[in-house]
Amino acid sequence: MENEKSPSFHGQSRRDFVKQSSLLAGGLLAAPIIAEASQANYFSGAPGVIKVALIGCGGRGTGAAVQALSTKQNVQLVAMADAFKDRLDGSFNEIVDSMKATPERVKVAEADKYVGFDGYKEAIAKADVVILTTPPGFRPIHFEEAIRQGKHVFMEKPVATDPAGIAKVLETAEKAKAKKLNVVVGLQRRYQTSYLELYKRVKDGIIGDITSMQVYWNQGALWVKPRKPEYTEMEYQMRNWYYFNWLCGDHIVEQHIHNIDVGNWFKGEIPVTAMGMGGRAIRTGKEFGEIYDHHYVEYRYADGVVMNAQCRHWKDAVSRVDEEIIGTKGRVICDKGRILDSKGKTIYQFDRKQENRPYQAEHDELFAAVAAGQYKFEDAKRGAETTLTAIIGRLATYSGQTIAFEKALASGLNLQPAKYAFDAPPPILPDADGNYAYAKPGITKYFS
Amino acid sequence: MRKKTVAILLAGIVTSGAYAQNNEPFTAYEQKVPGSDVPIKMVPVKGGEFLLGSPAKEKGRNADEGPQKKVKIDPFWMGAYEVTFDQYDVYSDAEKDKTPLPDGMTRPSPPYIDLTLGMGKGGGFPANSMSQYAALMYCRWLYGKTGVFYRLPTEAEWEYACRAGSTTAFPFGDDASKLGEYAWTQENSEEVYHKVGEKKPNAWGLYDMMGNVGEWTLDQYDEKGYEKAAAENPWNQPTVKTPRTIKGGTYLEPATAARCAARLKSDESWNNRDPQIPRSKWWNADAPFIGFRIIRPVKQPTKAEAEKFFADVIDKFVGAR
Repeated sequence: MENEKSPSFHGQSRRDFVKQSSLLAGGLLAAPIIAEASQANYFSGAPGVIKVALIGCGGRGTGAAVQALSTKQNVQLVAMADAFKDRLDGSFNEIVDSMKATPERVKVAEADKYVGFDGYKEAIAKADVVILTTPPGFRPIHFEEAIRQGKHVFMEKPVATDPAGIAKVLETAEKAKAKKLNVVVGLQRRYQTSYLELYKRVKDGIIGDITSMQVYWNQGALWVKPRKPEYTEMEYQMRNWYYFNWLCGDHIVEQHIHNIDVGNWFKGEIPVTAMGMGGRAIRTGKEFGEIYDHHYVEYRYADGVVMNAQCRHWKDAVSRVDEEIIGTKGRVICDKGRILDSKGKTIYQFDRKQENRPYQAEHDELFAAVAAGQYKFEDAKRGAETTLTAIIGRLATYSGQTIAFEKALASGLNLQPAKYAFDAPPPILPDADGNYAYAKPGITKYFS
Repeated sequence: MRKKTVAILLAGIVTSGAYAQNNEPFTAYEQKVPGSDVPIKMVPVKGGEFLLGSPAKEKGRNADEGPQKKVKIDPFWMGAYEVTFDQYDVYSDAEKDKTPLPDGMTRPSPPYIDLTLGMGKGGGFPANSMSQYAALMYCRWLYGKTGVFYRLPTEAEWEYACRAGSTTAFPFGDDASKLGEYAWTQENSEEVYHKVGEKKPNAWGLYDMMGNVGEWTLDQYDEKGYEKAAAENPWNQPTVKTPRTIKGGTYLEPATAARCAARLKSDESWNNRDPQIPRSKWWNADAPFIGFRIIRPVKQPTKAEAEKFFADVIDKFVGAR
């Protein structure tokens, strides 16, 4: 009954749609009506079943798939794609193991497991909702294909690693909007109860006007996968994707984006310029590819307000992953869920017991919308803008120059290889000693 | 069937087997963490009898702290302090370990986020946020490196050591207003853990038993566990990965949670923030308030018994939290 009350999609309630789908399944209507419709491909299979394809089967992709399958809707995983067979098989086993209570939700036939660079197209075709969780360098082409095929999307942040990728995502975001396809981007703080409560109060003026922001992702070291003799250079970089910019975007893009996004969100706009510094102070070995181990960026918004963004991967140095939003009447300390007045007295404290599980909430909300035939989520544009915010931070620390957001977007700067194949050369190659060239501030140039 | 296994295991661990070192005096000593210059200070805890749990009238008491039961505990050495990062990282950080790993062991994987959360790491801060599996793996590593059998305390051993002969809510009495001299709790911690040993020890020379980081024990958490507790060296041997029992309260909790008898049960939600699958076996992304300390039973198990113990408590419950 609730369905009849829920907002209709193109004037069609879910109940009507399900009815129509059953008719379709019974062969009473011609199938192409759905296939050609410039709208969401709801329930392509049995009525009420939402089919999911997982593109990118690492730890996060596996987690996202299980979260999708753990929503209240009747969700089935029907296809998987990954560049590596071992990653795909491992992920499949983990998903089966995690879904023991509802095994009917995992319906991936051997033929629906796609290994290699190109399988994503066929995997996407099998689904109603697509989960995009490969290294971020692939996101623009995968997102483009998913929207081309008329699918709803959950995609992890960041959504690209270079301005050319951002341009493609922004273009695709418009198409998704035109097709009314839901797109959720895994910037999960936007789906987290504590952040939503803080945001609400800041909008209500509890800290007055925002005067500056401090955002942090300072943590220790990450994983490295040792090189094996059988690896081509492309395979080595794909397995160690974190350390190569065409795949990862550097840790300022891959991780610090979360905190930068909170700044953009609370400020309600995106910065116009970035200036900063960074380098490789501690993590200097060749196994760490070309990325920096620290960045400090001053982002400036149109009204002159500054967001100071710092991130580092320094083992044993003090850590902090947090955001502080400072206003004329007080400040917000996001990680603590706390708002202070200008004298430092707590005026609001979020009750930790009320915290949700934001990673699950993203999927709960997305799949509820899809099941109800609602168009609710257009995260792609803001996901692209926040990703580009992080990217101009990297361009600023790498070049030692001030980088303008619009200029970067217009630059078309593209880090991607000419060809995606294991025997193709990646865009950066090691020297004879196995070292990768990395950016040198004041020397490295992107655009003037 | 289960009871029998428990009996055999505990016999192996606590009451039989040979001494690892002959004629070692039962006094405080420093165990050097192999591959480093870092010592772990161990203090003797004589065997004896005590009342496990709290009396019904104790202020702040929870239902799971009773009925009180008289139990006998065999002697052991206990870490004077919670295990610190200086000590734990010799295991978890290959760059800090100057000697190879014991056969078949792996090091903890890097955590998803830096779990110290800015509260401090080197120089004596307690190791925190580890799963019980990670705490037990440290014991196994230390055993592999030293030949001396170390393990987590049972819940009963922990409480016996915390009480240090007292029968009151806290080892120094019932007056919670004095707790600040001994412990970092919600009242004085400013929501961060502190370096170990900054407060007064209890009568047996044990620091930070109350407050600071909560401490893993070897027991499956069971609300009614004390009814079934054995008269000698009780141990509720784990049958599932979660929940396990934590003792001592934490820097985020009030004084009542730092009473000797207070119990805390671990929870899956302590790793909510880990968005990956498989989830980390080693770390709890949302439990910065958990740590551990080690004990060394005076009656050391044989090598076979120790290996069986680790197989039973670790290998059967990989990733227990």
